[in-house]
Amino acid sequence: MLPAPFEYHAPRSVDEALDLLDQFGDEGKVLAGGQSLIPLLKLRFASPGHLVDINTIKDLDFIEERDGTLRIGPLFRHKAAERSSLLASRYHVMADAAPQIADPIIRNRGTIAGSVAHADPSGDWGTVLLAMDADLILRSKKGTRTVKARDFFSGPFSTALEPTEILSEIRIPAAKPMTGGSYLKLERKVGDFATVAVAVHLVMDDGKVGSAGIGLTAVGPQNLKAEKAEASLKGARLDDAAIKQAAALAAEAADPKADHRGSVEYKRNVVRVFTERGLKRAYERARGGG
Amino acid sequence: MAVETPLKGNIGDSIKRKEDDRFIRGKGNYLDDVVLPGMLHMAINRSPFAHAKIKSINTDAAQAVPGVVAVVTGELLAQHKLAWMPTLSGDTQAVLATDKVRFQGQEVACVIATDPYVARDAAGLIEVDYEVLKAVVTPQQALKSGAPLIRDEKEGQTNNHIYHWEAGDKAKTDEAFAKADKVVKLDTFYPRCHPSPLETCGIVADVNPATGHATLWMTSQAPHAHRTLFAIVAGLPEQNIRIISPDIGGGFGNKVPIYPGYVVATAASLLIGKPVKWVEDRSENLISTGFARDYYMSGELALRNDGRMLGLRVKMLSDNGAFYADAQPTKFRAGLFHIVTGSYDLPAAHVVTDGAYTNKAPGGVAYRCSFRVTEASYLIERLVESAALEMNMDPTEIRLKNFIQPEQFPYMSATGFEYDSGNYPRAMQLALDKLGYKELRKEQAEKRKKGELMGIGVASFTEVVGAGPGKHYDIAGLRMFDSAELRVHPTGKAILKLGVKSQGQGHETTFAQIVTEELGIPAADIEVQEGDTDNTPYGLGTYASRSTPVGGAATAMVSRKLRDKAKKIAAHLLEASEADIEFDHGKFFVRGSPSKSKTIQDVAFAAYTNLPDGLEAGLEGVTYYDPPNMTFPFGTYLVVVDIDRGTGQVKVRRMVAVDDCGVRINPMVVEGQIHGGLTEGFGIAFMELITFDEEGNCLGSNFTDYLLPTSWETPKFEMGETVTPSPHHPIGAKGVGESATVGSPAAFVNAVIDAVGHLGIRNIDMPVTSDKVWAALNEKGAAE
Repeated sequence: MLPAPFEYHAPRSVDEALDLLDQFGDEGKVLAGGQSLIPLLKLRFASPGHLVDINTIKDLDFIEERDGTLRIGPLFRHKAAERSSLLASRYHVMADAAPQIADPIIRNRGTIAGSVAHADPSGDWGTVLLAMDADLILRSKKGTRTVKARDFFSGPFSTALEPTEILSEIRIPAAKPMTGGSYLKLERKVGDFATVAVAVHLVMDDGKVGSAGIGLTAVGPQNLKAEKAEASLKGARLDDAAIKQAAALAAEAADPKADHRGSVEYKRNVVRVFTERGLKRAYERARGGG
Repeated sequence: MAVETPLKGNIGDSIKRKEDDRFIRGKGNYLDDVVLPGMLHMAINRSPFAHAKIKSINTDAAQAVPGVVAVVTGELLAQHKLAWMPTLSGDTQAVLATDKVRFQGQEVACVIATDPYVARDAAGLIEVDYEVLKAVVTPQQALKSGAPLIRDEKEGQTNNHIYHWEAGDKAKTDEAFAKADKVVKLDTFYPRCHPSPLETCGIVADVNPATGHATLWMTSQAPHAHRTLFAIVAGLPEQNIRIISPDIGGGFGNKVPIYPGYVVATAASLLIGKPVKWVEDRSENLISTGFARDYYMSGELALRNDGRMLGLRVKMLSDNGAFYADAQPTKFRAGLFHIVTGSYDLPAAHVVTDGAYTNKAPGGVAYRCSFRVTEASYLIERLVESAALEMNMDPTEIRLKNFIQPEQFPYMSATGFEYDSGNYPRAMQLALDKLGYKELRKEQAEKRKKGELMGIGVASFTEVVGAGPGKHYDIAGLRMFDSAELRVHPTGKAILKLGVKSQGQGHETTFAQIVTEELGIPAADIEVQEGDTDNTPYGLGTYASRSTPVGGAATAMVSRKLRDKAKKIAAHLLEASEADIEFDHGKFFVRGSPSKSKTIQDVAFAAYTNLPDGLEAGLEGVTYYDPPNMTFPFGTYLVVVDIDRGTGQVKVRRMVAVDDCGVRINPMVVEGQIHGGLTEGFGIAFMELITFDEEGNCLGSNFTDYLLPTSWETPKFEMGETVTPSPHHPIGAKGVGESATVGSPAAFVNAVIDAVGHLGIRNIDMPVTSDKVWAALNEKGAAE
């Protein structure tokens, strides 16, 4: 598997990287963990003229809670998320998703931000961020802008990110007490893309649902936010009827395609089953269990 | 405290593998490690279409790339009569397409360049003008009247039918069915999968223009046979061809055929006068090299009301791809598929097989399988599961009732195999005890009341491995014997050279151990060499689990030959008559006085320094062993699964594997072989699949789509053994490399069917993916 020729750049600062991206336009591509980009190059599905490697830039690998916001840097890797005690204690949906990303070798190198920017409809992190209502900070030579996760994805491998921009930070509202989450993923084997996955991020408030975030993976042209299902739960008591109704709405929101991973009917059903199971698990965790 | 003495390496000693030191330290020498001065690199331009006429090929742009030395097309090869080559099944195969392409990924043109990247870039610049034709993607389509003719270049070929072959006795089988109380039928498909060794195929061809000598480093499971085929195909004098098969990173049958890339690289080296390297990438390996299986099978079992089997009828249609290039003994058009009566005393059987051309890659190889035994074993074991369900019998009970009994061996099967030895009830009982079968059946009944799905799968397979005898089995006319040459040096160390070729099986250890057992030289003192045709005796190679049954037997026999000579020398040293000399574990002594002895090392030294009159110097020999029969390993595999009714996911909870491969030379190596085979069987049962769309596009061309199991999802294996020696093998061994791949897929699938059989589900074709399981449950109204 031999890629087509390209020029490699290793900038020392974000500014330098942004200069390069500005210069190359469509021919430039950011290299972070490389776990999607390198295979594309080797298969010659992509052949950008210039790779801008940001691994040589200091201080991009971070996670911190500050001013009511969880902030994640562009080089924060899946493996670090898997091992993060902060995520394990308060951000269950992320802690659940991290060890289910691809396989251990890919998790050692791949980054959350890279996965989100790549925007594979079968990618996991976009779904998680949709459920958590995250903001994405996009920076270019011209300046910085903030885009909501729900406005970021626009189709398969297609986002609001311009070729001259870097996804410089992910911002998530800090977890409140009584928050629980889950990420259920159906894959054919470890390392496979999801057949279906469902992210649930649940904030309980005085025995009722304060807010519920539900994201769907691999059942549409992009990661989906099941907004009707979310709305149906807001302010509701989380009983079986409410869970069933939300699960049915999530299944309706899914827009899967039949392929060698299963039929439309099958995938919709898994969305329903996983939404039910995910809500129950998230609820347990919000109440301090599981 | 007892001091542990290091194991010498006798039969039964689990010594560590001698070869692992270099593999673990990254000091192996694989094909891609071979680098020669001035070496050029080759890349292949392949057909994007499954079926298309080639109108023209323009190589100008490729030729113009700096660093490109030559572009080879089929037209150029045709000038040297090399555009087509014979296959192992007596058909022909295009080396580079001239008239039309017949499968997606077929070799069309090759670029030879100074750099592998340049070669790849330029291969993409070759312009081929195609006229796309309708593709034929299933054998059923292929045999319909009016189907596009794939092999229109073959004289006399008017349709896509390849072969018709039968085994057994039709009249007797019809009679058995007429007497039956019940007939159970199962249609099942063993889908196309791929051996996908971690190392792909490749060659470094170095033809010396001055001498005409061709040194070919090749990923070959059968270097000697390949040398002869090269001599015949390319017309090169055989003494000028040296094939070196270096360390091989897995074969599983994939490295038995000769591929077009080998031929083009050799021709290019001959024409250019420089070494040429070609190493395929992963996708090339998956889309164009020897696939496996692709058998549509239909079985019918005639039974008495008490569950006794009376007869078996089997029909099979194989999808052989665009060229009939199966690797198998010449006489047998569907390999040894007629072993399909399995472990059962079936008085009558009749097997009818047909093959068809399709627009898919050729080369049905036996992926870790002795010539289609895997398909046969799968069919009979699945059919017996169906019969148990239909007769409302426990799947172990119906098997026990019909097993060939220990006292019936040697047993002549209804399709003509003479089973050498076996004790099937004993292996099954051990497996049931290890699993705790009865308790699990109780648990299953409890779970079923609660609507939970749990299943226990049973498979009791019998394999047939170790071809020859040469009078029945040959590859392209070459009889399937094998060889061993043993040289004991003056200091008592030895070198053993074999005609077989390890691809990871551990030959350097196990074959040394046979010598250790027979001569008493420690395994650590024995160097084992294979793979270089100039330096090893002629043999047919390693596949079909034949190395231990044939090459291992040759090793034992050559050791005994040397021992006989050593006895003469020992008699001379001990000043006794040869008739009075006894041998025990490396020591020669006069009968009755074991204290006065000479070691094999003493004798080896004397063989070069102090010989009796009239005896030739040296302690060396060679043996060519033609086995009197195949060997028949067997075993019982049990699998426990739990099924999620909401997603259809199958979780393998337990797997017990009891194998009987006769005498185990190195039990650790045997267990490693079984582990590997079970993992591959698990992969085939649940995920591995090469499939195609309606246009013949291959949908399994990389490891994202062609799924291989890893340690993460593979279940833990609980193993057991019984030992029923082969009566005709010099050390009673049977060969084990493939048993687990042969036996386990049916055990996995039977476990799933056992979980859902009460709902009326009888079959889910492999790979048993969660969506298929859910769909089957949903159809019966049993899904969540």
